Amino acid sequence: MALFKRTKTKAIPNENIIVLEKVSKAYATGAPALTGVDLTIKRGEFVFIVGDSGSGKSTLIKLLLRELLPTDGDIYVNGQNLVTLKRRNVPKYRRNLGVVFQDFRLLKDRNVYENVAFAQRVVQIPTREIKKNVPSMLSVVGLAGKYKAKPRQLSGGEQQRVALARALINRPPILLCDEPTGNLDPKNSWEIMKLLDQINKKGTTVLVVTHNREIVNEMQKRVVTMKKGVIVSDEEKGGYIDED
Amino acid sequence: MRISTLFYTLKQGIINIFRNAWFSLASIATISACLLLFGIFYSVVINFQYMVKAAEQGVSVTVFFDEGLSEARIQEIGDLIGKRTEVARVEYVSAEEAWETFRQEYFGEEYADGWTENPLENSSNYEIYLSDVSLQQSLVTWLESVEGVRQVNRSELTASTLSGMNSLIAYVSVGIIGILLAVSIFLISNTVMIGIQVRKEEINIMKYIGATDFFVRSPFVIEGMIIGAIGACIPLGMIYAIYSSVVDYVIDRFPMLTTLLIFLSVEQIFKVLVPVSLALGIGIGFMGSFTTVRKHLHV
Repeated sequence: MALFKRTKTKAIPNENIIVLEKVSKAYATGAPALTGVDLTIKRGEFVFIVGDSGSGKSTLIKLLLRELLPTDGDIYVNGQNLVTLKRRNVPKYRRNLGVVFQDFRLLKDRNVYENVAFAQRVVQIPTREIKKNVPSMLSVVGLAGKYKAKPRQLSGGEQQRVALARALINRPPILLCDEPTGNLDPKNSWEIMKLLDQINKKGTTVLVVTHNREIVNEMQKRVVTMKKGVIVSDEEKGGYIDED
Repeated sequence: MRISTLFYTLKQGIINIFRNAWFSLASIATISACLLLFGIFYSVVINFQYMVKAAEQGVSVTVFFDEGLSEARIQEIGDLIGKRTEVARVEYVSAEEAWETFRQEYFGEEYADGWTENPLENSSNYEIYLSDVSLQQSLVTWLESVEGVRQVNRSELTASTLSGMNSLIAYVSVGIIGILLAVSIFLISNTVMIGIQVRKEEINIMKYIGATDFFVRSPFVIEGMIIGAIGACIPLGMIYAIYSSVVDYVIDRFPMLTTLLIFLSVEQIFKVLVPVSLALGIGIGFMGSFTTVRKHLHV
Protein backbone atom coordinates (compact mmCIF):
# COMPACT_ATOMS: atom_id res chain seq x y z
CA MET A 1 0.00 0.00 0.00
CA ALA A 2 2.76 2.40 0.98
CA LEU A 3 4.39 1.91 -2.40
CA PHE A 4 1.24 3.01 -4.25
CA LYS A 5 0.82 5.96 -1.96
CA ARG A 6 4.36 7.17 -2.69
CA THR A 7 3.73 7.40 -6.41
CA LYS A 8 0.32 8.97 -6.43
CA THR A 9 -0.32 12.28 -8.13
CA LYS A 10 -3.22 14.50 -7.41
CA ALA A 11 -4.68 17.71 -8.74
CA ILE A 12 -4.32 20.37 -6.07
CA PRO A 13 -6.43 23.54 -6.37
CA ASN A 14 -4.19 26.35 -7.59
CA GLU A 15 -5.15 28.59 -4.65
CA ASN A 16 -3.61 26.10 -2.20
CA ILE A 17 0.12 26.76 -2.46
CA ILE A 18 1.17 24.39 0.38
CA VAL A 19 -0.76 21.24 1.23
CA LEU A 20 0.27 18.64 3.79
CA GLU A 21 -1.85 15.48 3.86
CA LYS A 22 -1.50 13.17 6.86
CA VAL A 23 2.23 13.85 7.02
CA SER A 24 4.26 11.89 9.54
CA LYS A 25 7.96 11.95 10.11
CA ALA A 26 9.82 9.57 12.39
CA TYR A 27 13.58 9.64 12.88
CA ALA A 28 15.58 6.50 13.44
CA THR A 29 15.87 7.36 17.11
CA GLY A 30 13.47 9.12 19.43
CA ALA A 31 9.78 9.92 19.30
CA PRO A 32 8.06 10.78 15.99
CA ALA A 33 8.66 14.41 14.99
CA LEU A 34 5.36 14.76 13.13
CA THR A 35 2.25 12.61 13.31
CA GLY A 36 -0.55 12.78 10.72
CA VAL A 37 -0.25 16.52 10.07
CA ASP A 38 -2.86 18.07 7.74
CA LEU A 39 -2.27 21.67 6.75
CA THR A 40 -3.34 23.83 3.83
CA ILE A 41 -1.90 27.28 3.17
CA LYS A 42 -3.45 29.46 0.51
CA ARG A 43 -1.58 31.62 -1.97
CA GLY A 44 -0.77 35.00 -0.46
CA GLU A 45 -1.34 33.97 3.17
CA PHE A 46 0.84 35.01 6.10
CA VAL A 47 1.09 32.14 8.59
CA PHE A 48 2.89 31.85 11.91
CA ILE A 49 3.90 28.35 13.03
CA VAL A 50 4.44 28.37 16.78
CA GLY A 51 5.21 25.79 19.41
CA ASP A 52 7.80 24.73 21.94
CA SER A 53 11.11 23.06 21.14
CA GLY A 54 10.46 19.53 19.91
CA SER A 55 6.99 20.40 18.66
CA GLY A 56 7.96 19.59 15.06
CA LYS A 57 8.30 23.14 13.63
CA SER A 58 11.85 22.66 12.36
CA THR A 59 10.98 19.27 10.88
CA LEU A 60 8.11 20.94 9.04
CA ILE A 61 10.48 23.53 7.52
CA LYS A 62 12.96 20.80 6.55
CA LEU A 63 10.18 18.85 4.86
CA LEU A 64 9.08 21.93 2.92
CA LEU A 65 12.69 22.54 1.87
CA ARG A 66 12.77 18.92 0.72
CA GLU A 67 15.77 18.39 2.97
CA LEU A 68 13.81 15.50 4.51
CA LEU A 69 11.16 13.18 3.15
CA PRO A 70 8.11 12.27 5.24
CA THR A 71 7.79 8.74 6.56
CA ASP A 72 4.15 8.85 5.50
CA GLY A 73 1.75 11.24 3.80
CA ASP A 74 2.14 13.70 0.94
CA ILE A 75 3.36 17.27 0.66
CA TYR A 76 2.32 19.47 -2.27
CA VAL A 77 4.00 22.79 -2.89
CA ASN A 78 2.83 24.79 -5.88
CA GLY A 79 1.03 21.65 -7.04
CA GLN A 80 4.22 19.57 -6.96
CA ASN A 81 4.34 16.44 -4.79
CA LEU A 82 7.61 16.59 -2.87
CA VAL A 83 7.44 12.89 -2.07
CA THR A 84 7.72 11.91 -5.72
CA LEU A 85 10.07 14.76 -6.64
CA LYS A 86 13.33 13.36 -8.02
CA ARG A 87 16.55 14.44 -6.30
CA ARG A 88 17.89 16.03 -9.48
CA ASN A 89 14.82 18.31 -9.58
CA VAL A 90 15.20 19.50 -5.99
CA PRO A 91 17.40 22.56 -6.89
CA LYS A 92 14.79 23.76 -9.39
CA TYR A 93 12.05 23.28 -6.80
CA ARG A 94 13.99 25.25 -4.16
CA ARG A 95 14.20 28.22 -6.50
CA ASN A 96 10.46 28.68 -5.79
CA LEU A 97 11.28 29.21 -2.13
CA GLY A 98 12.97 32.06 -0.35
CA VAL A 99 14.51 30.93 2.92
CA VAL A 100 15.54 33.00 5.94
CA PHE A 101 17.25 31.41 8.94
CA GLN A 102 17.74 32.51 12.52
CA ASP A 103 21.53 32.59 12.07
CA PHE A 104 21.32 34.53 8.75
CA ARG A 105 23.65 32.07 6.96
CA LEU A 106 25.46 34.69 4.91
CA LEU A 107 28.72 34.00 3.10
CA LYS A 108 31.06 35.69 5.56
CA ASP A 109 33.88 36.36 3.12
CA ARG A 110 31.66 38.17 0.59
CA ASN A 111 30.14 41.60 0.81
CA VAL A 112 26.44 42.48 0.90
CA TYR A 113 26.19 42.87 -2.88
CA GLU A 114 27.89 39.52 -3.54
CA ASN A 115 25.73 37.72 -0.99
CA VAL A 116 22.54 38.88 -2.70
CA ALA A 117 23.92 38.48 -6.22
CA PHE A 118 24.92 34.92 -5.33
CA ALA A 119 21.27 33.81 -5.34
CA GLN A 120 20.94 35.14 -8.89
CA ARG A 121 24.18 33.50 -10.02
CA VAL A 122 22.81 30.17 -8.86
CA VAL A 123 19.83 30.51 -11.21
CA GLN A 124 22.13 31.76 -13.98
CA ILE A 125 20.75 35.29 -14.35
CA PRO A 126 22.97 37.30 -16.73
CA THR A 127 25.45 39.60 -14.98
CA ARG A 128 24.02 42.79 -16.51
CA GLU A 129 20.61 41.95 -14.98
CA ILE A 130 22.17 41.09 -11.63
CA LYS A 131 23.76 44.56 -11.63
CA LYS A 132 20.29 46.09 -11.95
CA ASN A 133 18.37 43.73 -9.65
CA VAL A 134 20.66 43.67 -6.61
CA PRO A 135 20.78 47.43 -5.89
CA SER A 136 17.03 47.60 -6.37
CA MET A 137 16.44 44.76 -3.86
CA LEU A 138 18.91 46.30 -1.41
CA SER A 139 16.86 49.51 -1.55
CA VAL A 140 13.73 47.54 -0.65
CA VAL A 141 15.38 46.21 2.52
CA GLY A 142 17.01 49.57 3.30
CA LEU A 143 20.63 48.60 2.72
CA ALA A 144 21.41 50.41 -0.53
CA GLY A 145 24.24 52.34 1.09
CA LYS A 146 25.92 49.28 2.59
CA TYR A 147 26.42 47.09 -0.46
CA LYS A 148 30.19 46.97 0.04
CA ALA A 149 30.08 45.97 3.71
CA LYS A 150 31.04 42.48 4.86
CA PRO A 151 28.55 40.65 7.13
CA ARG A 152 30.78 41.13 10.20
CA GLN A 153 30.51 44.91 9.73
CA LEU A 154 26.72 44.78 9.99
CA SER A 155 24.35 44.57 12.96
CA GLY A 156 22.18 41.47 13.42
CA GLY A 157 19.18 43.29 11.99
CA GLU A 158 21.13 44.38 8.94
CA GLN A 159 22.45 40.88 8.39
CA GLN A 160 18.91 39.54 8.49
CA ARG A 161 17.88 42.15 5.92
CA VAL A 162 20.65 40.93 3.63
CA ALA A 163 19.39 37.37 4.10
CA LEU A 164 15.89 38.62 3.29
CA ALA A 165 17.12 40.40 0.17
CA ARG A 166 18.87 37.20 -0.92
CA ALA A 167 15.72 35.19 -0.27
CA LEU A 168 13.56 37.57 -2.29
CA ILE A 169 15.80 38.54 -5.19
CA ASN A 170 14.53 35.72 -7.41
CA ARG A 171 10.91 36.69 -6.59
CA PRO A 172 9.88 33.33 -5.10
CA PRO A 173 6.13 32.77 -4.53
CA ILE A 174 6.85 31.39 -1.03
CA LEU A 175 9.04 32.75 1.75
CA LEU A 176 9.99 30.35 4.58
CA CYS A 177 11.37 32.00 7.69
CA ASP A 178 12.82 29.84 10.47
CA GLU A 179 12.99 31.97 13.64
CA PRO A 180 13.91 35.11 11.66
CA THR A 181 13.93 37.28 14.80
CA GLY A 182 15.57 34.72 17.09
CA ASN A 183 18.91 36.58 17.17
CA LEU A 184 17.53 40.13 17.07
CA ASP A 185 16.60 42.78 19.62
CA PRO A 186 12.92 43.89 19.76
CA LYS A 187 13.46 46.97 17.57
CA ASN A 188 15.18 45.01 14.79
CA SER A 189 12.68 42.18 15.18
CA TRP A 190 9.82 44.56 14.48
CA GLU A 191 11.56 46.05 11.48
CA ILE A 192 12.06 42.59 9.98
CA MET A 193 8.44 41.68 10.66
CA LYS A 194 7.24 44.89 9.02
CA LEU A 195 9.32 44.03 5.96
CA LEU A 196 7.82 40.53 5.88
CA ASP A 197 4.35 42.04 6.12
CA GLN A 198 5.08 44.39 3.19
CA ILE A 199 6.41 41.50 1.14
CA ASN A 200 3.30 39.48 1.95
CA LYS A 201 1.06 42.35 0.89
CA LYS A 202 2.73 42.29 -2.52
CA GLY A 203 1.53 38.69 -2.95
CA THR A 204 4.28 36.45 -1.54
CA THR A 205 3.08 33.65 0.72
CA VAL A 206 4.99 33.97 4.01
CA LEU A 207 5.44 31.16 6.52
CA VAL A 208 7.17 32.19 9.76
CA VAL A 209 8.28 29.75 12.44
CA THR A 210 8.77 31.73 15.65
CA HIS A 211 8.87 31.79 19.42
CA ASN A 212 8.22 35.52 19.57
CA ARG A 213 4.97 35.79 21.52
CA GLU A 214 4.72 39.58 21.31
CA ILE A 215 5.03 39.69 17.54
CA VAL A 216 2.57 36.83 17.01
CA ASN A 217 -0.01 38.41 19.30
CA GLU A 218 0.43 41.88 17.83
CA MET A 219 0.32 41.03 14.13
CA GLN A 220 -3.00 39.20 14.19
CA LYS A 221 -2.21 36.73 11.41
CA ARG A 222 -3.10 33.08 11.00
CA VAL A 223 -1.38 31.07 13.76
CA VAL A 224 -0.80 27.33 13.62
CA THR A 225 0.25 25.92 16.98
CA MET A 226 2.14 22.63 17.14
CA LYS A 227 2.79 20.37 20.08
CA LYS A 228 4.65 17.04 20.10
CA GLY A 229 4.37 16.65 16.32
CA VAL A 230 0.69 17.45 15.89
CA ILE A 231 -1.25 20.63 15.13
CA VAL A 232 -3.21 21.51 18.27
CA SER A 233 -4.65 24.80 17.04
CA ASP A 234 -5.09 26.64 13.75
CA GLU A 235 -6.65 30.10 14.05
CA GLU A 236 -7.23 32.97 11.64
CA LYS A 237 -5.98 36.14 13.34
CA GLY A 238 -4.84 34.03 16.27
CA GLY A 239 -2.48 34.55 19.13
CA TYR A 240 0.34 32.71 20.88
CA ILE A 241 -1.12 29.92 22.99
CA ASP A 242 0.64 29.56 26.33
CA GLU A 243 1.91 26.08 27.12
CA ASP A 244 0.77 24.65 30.38
CA MET B 1 25.89 26.65 -18.97
CA ARG B 2 25.88 30.39 -19.67
CA ILE B 3 29.18 32.05 -20.54
CA SER B 4 28.76 34.41 -17.58
CA THR B 5 28.21 31.40 -15.27
CA LEU B 6 31.30 29.71 -16.70
CA PHE B 7 33.42 32.79 -16.04
CA TYR B 8 31.88 33.16 -12.60
CA THR B 9 32.70 29.53 -11.77
CA LEU B 10 36.28 29.89 -13.02
CA LYS B 11 36.69 33.15 -11.10
CA GLN B 12 35.31 31.59 -7.92
CA GLY B 13 37.65 28.62 -8.28
CA ILE B 14 40.64 30.97 -8.49
CA ILE B 15 39.36 33.27 -5.72
CA ASN B 16 38.81 30.22 -3.47
CA ILE B 17 42.51 29.42 -3.69
CA PHE B 18 43.38 32.81 -2.17
CA ARG B 19 40.37 32.87 0.13
CA ASN B 20 41.61 29.70 1.83
CA ALA B 21 45.28 30.48 1.43
CA TRP B 22 46.56 28.17 4.20
CA PHE B 23 44.50 25.26 3.02
CA SER B 24 45.66 25.87 -0.55
CA LEU B 25 49.30 26.02 0.55
CA ALA B 26 48.91 22.80 2.55
CA SER B 27 47.35 21.05 -0.44
CA ILE B 28 50.00 22.33 -2.84
CA ALA B 29 52.75 21.24 -0.42
CA THR B 30 51.23 17.77 -0.07
CA ILE B 31 50.86 17.23 -3.80
CA SER B 32 54.33 18.69 -4.43
CA ALA B 33 55.94 16.41 -1.83
CA CYS B 34 54.29 13.32 -3.30
CA LEU B 35 55.09 14.25 -6.89
CA LEU B 36 58.66 15.20 -5.99
CA LEU B 37 59.16 11.73 -4.54
CA PHE B 38 57.51 10.28 -7.61
CA GLY B 39 59.69 12.38 -9.93
CA ILE B 40 62.92 11.45 -8.15
CA PHE B 41 61.99 7.80 -8.09
CA TYR B 42 60.95 7.88 -11.74
CA SER B 43 64.24 9.55 -12.75
CA VAL B 44 66.27 6.95 -10.87
CA VAL B 45 64.31 4.01 -12.25
CA ILE B 46 64.22 5.23 -15.83
CA ASN B 47 67.98 5.91 -15.79
CA PHE B 48 68.65 2.53 -14.26
CA GLN B 49 66.52 0.85 -16.92
CA TYR B 50 68.34 2.83 -19.57
CA MET B 51 71.71 1.63 -18.22
CA VAL B 52 70.52 -1.98 -18.10
CA LYS B 53 69.19 -1.67 -21.64
CA ALA B 54 72.51 -0.26 -22.78
CA ALA B 55 74.32 -3.15 -21.10
CA GLU B 56 71.90 -5.59 -22.70
CA GLN B 57 72.69 -4.27 -26.14
CA GLY B 58 76.30 -5.27 -25.55
CA VAL B 59 75.35 -8.89 -24.91
CA SER B 60 75.95 -11.04 -27.96
CA VAL B 61 75.84 -14.65 -29.02
CA THR B 62 78.64 -15.87 -31.32
CA VAL B 63 78.05 -18.59 -33.89
CA PHE B 64 80.94 -20.56 -35.45
CA PHE B 65 80.58 -22.79 -38.48
CA ASP B 66 81.67 -26.30 -39.42
CA GLU B 67 85.08 -26.46 -41.09
CA GLY B 68 84.91 -25.89 -44.82
CA LEU B 69 81.30 -24.72 -44.82
CA SER B 70 80.50 -22.94 -48.07
CA GLU B 71 80.09 -19.18 -48.25
CA ALA B 72 76.60 -19.72 -49.64
CA ARG B 73 75.53 -21.77 -46.60
CA ILE B 74 77.06 -19.21 -44.23
CA GLN B 75 75.06 -16.51 -46.02
CA GLU B 76 71.93 -18.67 -45.79
CA ILE B 77 72.44 -19.16 -42.02
CA GLY B 78 72.91 -15.39 -41.67
CA ASP B 79 69.59 -14.77 -43.42
CA LEU B 80 67.81 -17.30 -41.18
CA ILE B 81 69.27 -15.69 -38.06
CA GLY B 82 68.26 -12.22 -39.26
CA LYS B 83 64.63 -13.31 -39.52
CA ARG B 84 64.43 -14.45 -35.87
CA THR B 85 62.38 -12.19 -33.58
CA GLU B 86 64.92 -12.51 -30.75
CA VAL B 87 67.56 -10.86 -32.93
CA ALA B 88 68.18 -7.11 -32.97
CA ARG B 89 71.09 -7.23 -35.45
CA VAL B 90 73.62 -9.66 -36.87
CA GLU B 91 77.20 -8.87 -37.78
CA TYR B 92 79.35 -11.15 -39.89
CA VAL B 93 82.96 -11.40 -38.77
CA SER B 94 85.22 -13.03 -41.36
CA ALA B 95 88.22 -15.14 -40.32
CA GLU B 96 90.53 -12.26 -41.37
CA GLU B 97 88.64 -9.74 -39.29
CA ALA B 98 88.64 -12.15 -36.33
CA TRP B 99 92.44 -12.57 -36.56
CA GLU B 100 93.01 -8.87 -37.04
CA THR B 101 91.04 -8.03 -33.93
CA PHE B 102 92.71 -10.81 -31.94
CA ARG B 103 96.27 -9.85 -32.83
CA GLN B 104 95.64 -6.15 -32.29
CA GLU B 105 94.26 -6.95 -28.90
CA TYR B 106 96.83 -9.48 -27.69
CA PHE B 107 100.13 -9.11 -29.59
CA GLY B 108 100.47 -5.66 -31.08
CA GLU B 109 101.72 -4.84 -34.57
CA GLU B 110 105.38 -6.07 -34.58
CA TYR B 111 104.96 -9.49 -33.05
CA ALA B 112 101.90 -10.32 -35.09
CA ASP B 113 103.73 -9.66 -38.32
CA GLY B 114 105.56 -12.99 -37.80
CA TRP B 115 102.47 -14.95 -38.75
CA THR B 116 102.10 -15.85 -42.38
CA GLU B 117 98.89 -17.84 -42.14
CA ASN B 118 95.69 -17.02 -40.35
CA PRO B 119 95.67 -19.20 -37.19
CA LEU B 120 91.93 -18.42 -36.87
CA GLU B 121 91.08 -19.71 -40.32
CA ASN B 122 87.93 -21.46 -39.12
CA SER B 123 86.85 -18.62 -36.91
CA SER B 124 84.55 -16.70 -39.17
CA ASN B 125 81.37 -16.14 -37.20
CA TYR B 126 78.17 -14.23 -36.70
CA GLU B 127 77.90 -11.90 -33.75
CA ILE B 128 74.23 -11.75 -32.84
CA TYR B 129 72.83 -8.94 -30.69
CA LEU B 130 69.55 -9.66 -28.95
CA SER B 131 66.36 -7.63 -28.96
CA ASP B 132 65.56 -8.97 -25.49
CA VAL B 133 68.23 -10.58 -23.39
CA SER B 134 65.76 -12.93 -21.72
CA LEU B 135 65.23 -14.67 -25.09
CA GLN B 136 68.85 -15.75 -25.33
CA GLN B 137 68.24 -19.37 -24.35
CA SER B 138 65.56 -19.99 -26.95
CA LEU B 139 67.78 -18.49 -29.66
CA VAL B 140 70.78 -20.58 -28.59
CA THR B 141 68.71 -23.78 -28.61
CA TRP B 142 67.56 -23.02 -32.13
CA LEU B 143 71.08 -22.07 -33.32
CA GLU B 144 72.53 -25.35 -32.02
CA SER B 145 70.05 -27.23 -34.15
CA VAL B 146 70.95 -25.41 -37.37
CA GLU B 147 72.93 -27.50 -39.86
CA GLY B 148 76.46 -26.16 -40.38
CA VAL B 149 76.76 -24.58 -36.92
CA ARG B 150 79.74 -25.94 -35.02
CA GLN B 151 79.64 -23.94 -31.83
CA VAL B 152 77.53 -21.30 -30.12
CA ASN B 153 79.16 -19.06 -27.51
CA ARG B 154 77.05 -17.06 -25.11
CA SER B 155 77.24 -15.44 -21.72
CA GLU B 156 74.59 -17.12 -19.62
CA LEU B 157 75.50 -15.21 -16.46
CA THR B 158 75.24 -11.74 -18.01
CA ALA B 159 71.98 -12.55 -19.75
CA SER B 160 70.27 -13.98 -16.70
CA THR B 161 71.58 -11.21 -14.43
CA LEU B 162 70.34 -8.46 -16.73
CA SER B 163 67.06 -10.21 -17.32
CA GLY B 164 66.53 -10.67 -13.57
CA MET B 165 67.49 -7.07 -12.89
CA ASN B 166 64.96 -5.84 -15.42
CA SER B 167 62.15 -7.82 -13.77
CA LEU B 168 63.24 -6.62 -10.34
CA ILE B 169 63.20 -2.98 -11.45
CA ALA B 170 59.73 -3.45 -12.97
CA TYR B 171 58.29 -4.99 -9.79
CA VAL B 172 59.94 -2.48 -7.45
CA SER B 173 58.79 0.43 -9.66
CA VAL B 174 55.19 -0.70 -9.71
CA GLY B 175 55.27 -1.33 -5.95
CA ILE B 176 56.82 1.99 -4.95
CA ILE B 177 54.74 4.06 -7.40
CA GLY B 178 51.62 2.31 -6.06
CA ILE B 179 52.58 3.11 -2.45
CA LEU B 180 53.39 6.74 -3.35
CA LEU B 181 50.04 7.19 -5.09
CA ALA B 182 48.12 5.61 -2.21
CA VAL B 183 49.90 7.85 0.30
CA SER B 184 49.29 10.97 -1.80
CA ILE B 185 45.59 10.22 -2.28
CA PHE B 186 45.24 9.64 1.47
CA LEU B 187 47.03 12.92 2.28
CA ILE B 188 45.09 14.89 -0.32
CA SER B 189 41.73 13.54 0.77
CA ASN B 190 42.54 14.51 4.38
CA THR B 191 43.66 17.98 3.37
CA VAL B 192 40.59 18.50 1.18
CA MET B 193 38.37 17.16 3.96
CA ILE B 194 39.66 19.84 6.34
CA GLY B 195 39.08 22.50 3.69
CA ILE B 196 35.57 21.27 3.01
CA GLN B 197 34.66 21.25 6.70
CA VAL B 198 35.49 24.95 6.73
CA ARG B 199 33.17 25.51 3.78
CA LYS B 200 30.41 23.08 4.65
CA GLU B 201 28.19 26.01 5.57
CA GLU B 202 28.82 27.66 2.21
CA ILE B 203 27.78 24.46 0.42
CA ASN B 204 24.63 24.25 2.57
CA ILE B 205 23.67 27.84 1.72
CA MET B 206 24.20 27.16 -1.99
CA LYS B 207 22.01 24.09 -1.83
CA TYR B 208 19.20 25.89 0.06
CA ILE B 209 19.17 28.64 -2.54
CA GLY B 210 18.65 26.03 -5.25
CA ALA B 211 22.11 25.53 -6.69
CA THR B 212 22.58 22.34 -8.68
CA ASP B 213 25.25 19.86 -7.62
CA PHE B 214 27.22 20.86 -10.70
CA PHE B 215 27.13 24.56 -9.78
CA VAL B 216 28.20 23.84 -6.19
CA ARG B 217 30.92 21.45 -7.19
CA SER B 218 32.46 23.31 -10.12
CA PRO B 219 34.43 26.01 -8.23
CA PHE B 220 35.79 23.37 -5.82
CA VAL B 221 36.82 21.11 -8.69
CA ILE B 222 38.49 23.99 -10.57
CA GLU B 223 40.26 24.98 -7.36
CA GLY B 224 41.42 21.37 -6.86
CA MET B 225 42.69 21.11 -10.43
CA ILE B 226 44.60 24.41 -10.22
CA ILE B 227 46.12 23.37 -6.89
CA GLY B 228 47.04 20.02 -8.45
CA ALA B 229 48.67 21.71 -11.45
CA ILE B 230 50.70 24.06 -9.23
CA GLY B 231 51.56 21.11 -6.99
CA ALA B 232 52.90 19.30 -10.07
CA CYS B 233 54.86 22.25 -11.49
CA ILE B 234 56.89 22.89 -8.31
CA PRO B 235 58.57 19.44 -8.14
CA LEU B 236 59.08 19.49 -11.93
CA GLY B 237 60.92 22.79 -11.57
CA MET B 238 62.98 21.42 -8.70
CA ILE B 239 63.92 18.26 -10.59
CA TYR B 240 64.80 20.30 -13.69
CA ALA B 241 67.04 22.53 -11.59
CA ILE B 242 68.94 19.79 -9.76
CA TYR B 243 68.97 16.89 -12.26
CA SER B 244 72.07 17.92 -14.23
CA SER B 245 74.00 18.77 -11.05
CA VAL B 246 73.20 15.37 -9.54
CA VAL B 247 74.23 13.55 -12.74
CA ASP B 248 77.52 15.49 -12.89
CA TYR B 249 78.17 14.76 -9.22
CA VAL B 250 77.59 11.00 -9.66
CA ILE B 251 79.87 10.86 -12.71
CA ASP B 252 82.60 12.80 -10.87
CA ARG B 253 82.23 10.70 -7.74
CA PHE B 254 82.40 7.32 -9.52
CA PRO B 255 84.81 7.81 -12.45
CA MET B 256 85.58 4.07 -12.64
CA LEU B 257 81.96 3.39 -13.61
CA THR B 258 81.77 5.84 -16.51
CA THR B 259 81.20 3.06 -19.05
CA LEU B 260 78.25 1.76 -17.05
CA LEU B 261 76.78 5.06 -15.83
CA ILE B 262 75.04 6.36 -18.92
CA PHE B 263 72.37 8.93 -17.98
CA LEU B 264 69.39 10.19 -19.93
CA SER B 265 69.24 13.92 -20.52
CA VAL B 266 66.77 15.98 -18.49
CA GLU B 267 64.81 16.64 -21.69
CA GLN B 268 64.43 12.89 -22.30
CA ILE B 269 63.24 12.38 -18.71
CA PHE B 270 60.78 15.29 -18.97
CA LYS B 271 59.17 13.96 -22.13
CA VAL B 272 57.35 11.50 -19.88
CA LEU B 273 57.66 13.11 -16.46
CA VAL B 274 55.95 16.42 -17.38
CA PRO B 275 52.71 14.97 -18.79
CA VAL B 276 52.56 12.21 -16.17
CA SER B 277 53.17 14.59 -13.23
CA LEU B 278 50.67 17.13 -14.54
CA ALA B 279 48.09 14.41 -15.15
CA LEU B 280 48.68 13.01 -11.65
CA GLY B 281 48.58 16.44 -9.97
CA ILE B 282 45.48 17.62 -11.80
CA GLY B 283 43.90 14.17 -11.47
CA ILE B 284 44.53 14.01 -7.72
CA GLY B 285 43.18 17.57 -7.32
CA PHE B 286 40.11 16.73 -9.39
CA MET B 287 39.35 13.43 -7.67
CA GLY B 288 40.10 14.81 -4.19
CA SER B 289 37.72 17.77 -4.52
CA PHE B 290 35.08 15.93 -6.59
CA THR B 291 34.64 13.05 -4.15
CA THR B 292 34.93 15.14 -0.99
CA VAL B 293 32.36 17.72 -2.11
CA ARG B 294 29.99 14.93 -3.14
CA LYS B 295 29.71 13.80 0.49
CA HIS B 296 28.28 17.21 1.41
CA LEU B 297 25.85 17.65 -1.46
CA HIS B 298 22.99 15.71 0.07
CA VAL B 299 21.34 18.69 1.73
